[in-house]
Amino acid sequence: MSSSQIPVLIPVTFLLTALLIPLLGLINRSLAQVSAVIASGLALVFSYLGLQAVLSQGRISYHIGGWMPPLGIEFILDSLSAFLCVVFCGITLLVLIYGKTSVAHETPGKDIPFYSLTMLLLGGLSGMVMTGDLFNLYVFLEISALSGYALLGIGNRRASLAAFRYLTLGTAGASFYLLGLAFIFYSAGTLNMADLTQMLPFVQDTRPVSIGLVLMVLGVGLKMALFPMHAWLPDAYTYASSTATALIAPIGTKVAAYVLLRLMFFVADPDYMRHDLHLTQVVGYLGAIGIIWGSIMAICQKELKRMLAFSSVAQVGYIALGIGLASPLGFIGAVLHILNHACMKGCLFLFSGNLRLRLGHSTIPKFSDTLSRSMPWSSAAFALAAISMIGLPPTAGFFSKWYLALGSIEQSNWIFLAVLLVSSLLNAVYFFRIMEKIYLKPRNAGGNDSHGDAQQPVAVARNEAPGTMLVPTLTLAVGLLVLGIMNAWIITHVIHIMIPSGL
Amino acid sequence: MYDFIQGYYAYLFLATLFVIGLWGMMTKCNLMKKIMSMSVVQSTTILFWIVSAYKDDARVTVLDKSLGVDNPDIYLNPLPHTLMLTAIVVAVVTLGVSYALIINIYREYNTLDEPTLLERMK
Repeated sequence: MSSSQIPVLIPVTFLLTALLIPLLGLINRSLAQVSAVIASGLALVFSYLGLQAVLSQGRISYHIGGWMPPLGIEFILDSLSAFLCVVFCGITLLVLIYGKTSVAHETPGKDIPFYSLTMLLLGGLSGMVMTGDLFNLYVFLEISALSGYALLGIGNRRASLAAFRYLTLGTAGASFYLLGLAFIFYSAGTLNMADLTQMLPFVQDTRPVSIGLVLMVLGVGLKMALFPMHAWLPDAYTYASSTATALIAPIGTKVAAYVLLRLMFFVADPDYMRHDLHLTQVVGYLGAIGIIWGSIMAICQKELKRMLAFSSVAQVGYIALGIGLASPLGFIGAVLHILNHACMKGCLFLFSGNLRLRLGHSTIPKFSDTLSRSMPWSSAAFALAAISMIGLPPTAGFFSKWYLALGSIEQSNWIFLAVLLVSSLLNAVYFFRIMEKIYLKPRNAGGNDSHGDAQQPVAVARNEAPGTMLVPTLTLAVGLLVLGIMNAWIITHVIHIMIPSGL
Repeated sequence: MYDFIQGYYAYLFLATLFVIGLWGMMTKCNLMKKIMSMSVVQSTTILFWIVSAYKDDARVTVLDKSLGVDNPDIYLNPLPHTLMLTAIVVAVVTLGVSYALIINIYREYNTLDEPTLLERMK
């Protein structure tokens, strides 16, 4: 197979499977999940081959319909998009394997639309990553967003309203993006990203271009749940089913963050974004506020999934902070955090799904140490992911924060450095609170049992999650350690290549 | 001032429409009205593309043998119009999904009024 077809093969695999699943579902319901897993496995293979090809021979460009780029639509696989594709195909594969038991348990009878929508979502997201055309990006953005609304709407009885709010805000965001694109298009006369990079310097000092860029960043920021625009996220993530959340939380906002990176550092001139428009600083400071705000709100939550959702707002802030630094170190930190956060959040949401299957709830005050004895492996995975979220050294989470901190020191930006340190402490507060409950708090901790009594450990029956759910959770947890150890290799061999020339 | 209004009246109208849409999305309590405002915002965006593509004395992009293809000024740029056809399709799909969601909400809670809805969700 020639590698020149890869950019288009990945979205096509997903979109075709989205069509196939309802048909296969007519024959046998269980085929829906199997074909979804096979499709994402195939896409993972394609994107891995693509990454290898890109690393050895540079970017691959595919011209749809054979029309040449500035006029026709171009799909591009460069090191950044190939890397992102590998990340989210990998996570997706694990989450879909996990879905077998979880979807059947939480949303019985809805598995065929569920997997079909999942494939549509992934087709949209991979299209957003690959496309080299800004209007095409809008179309894929809407494909992924619309299937995302529907996926989040399949959940408990509050899910519809949460999904509806996400829909109105998301549509407003997309409209802002399209409006901004109109300003750019009528100023520069092209929609192709590579062409626009050539054209923008000639017109970028005019007012329409700056307004257009601001509007587009605003629209993408809303999709990414950047701080003041994050209101849709906690409700939508809390009330959706576990698999849907574990699918959308790690990759949905990350792909929007990728679009922001692409827009600010590749399409527009980074120097112009930083010194004339000051947009990178605005994004960076909003991210910094989001980190603190999200962490504080996470501490206040009683429900595990809601806590994780607020912590997502904080984690998106780290990526925005990396963009705000607008330096090679900040860029490395942001890209590495996209990868790390996808694994950590995936693992944590899968853990909350395991709890929902076995305990029927995920309310934090009800946790006790019976949990670590009845579900030892899930608890261990949770502990590892939590340590990584806090950012302790051997795990992956440490390294992205390390590069962000280095970037802040390099620019003497002490506010960002303080935010990074304080947020680590806040992360420690809300994760150690749960770890203490899982590992140390006895079941009847009423406080009135006499001191002297050595508490007899109550025999607790093993009630671990089934293999299809446990293996993905553990794989992600172990992956965090591996990523932490391999981070130097990833940075020198993959991320260094993608740093845009203008930075 | 008069010249400004005369030169830009379409854009002024669209800006007003956009703000009305956003205002409706933020302040209206009824979910149906929210959808209507959302639709106004989307249509404004589409209209903005169409209005900007307008050229004085230009014709539809169909080849006229007597005029030839040498002078691009006499033809409109067809790209914005075709792009907006796609955007209209997207807008329709968004409406479809949002109706599906509010039908679901109505079946669940028997109301579309947001304060009442929040009351019943407790």
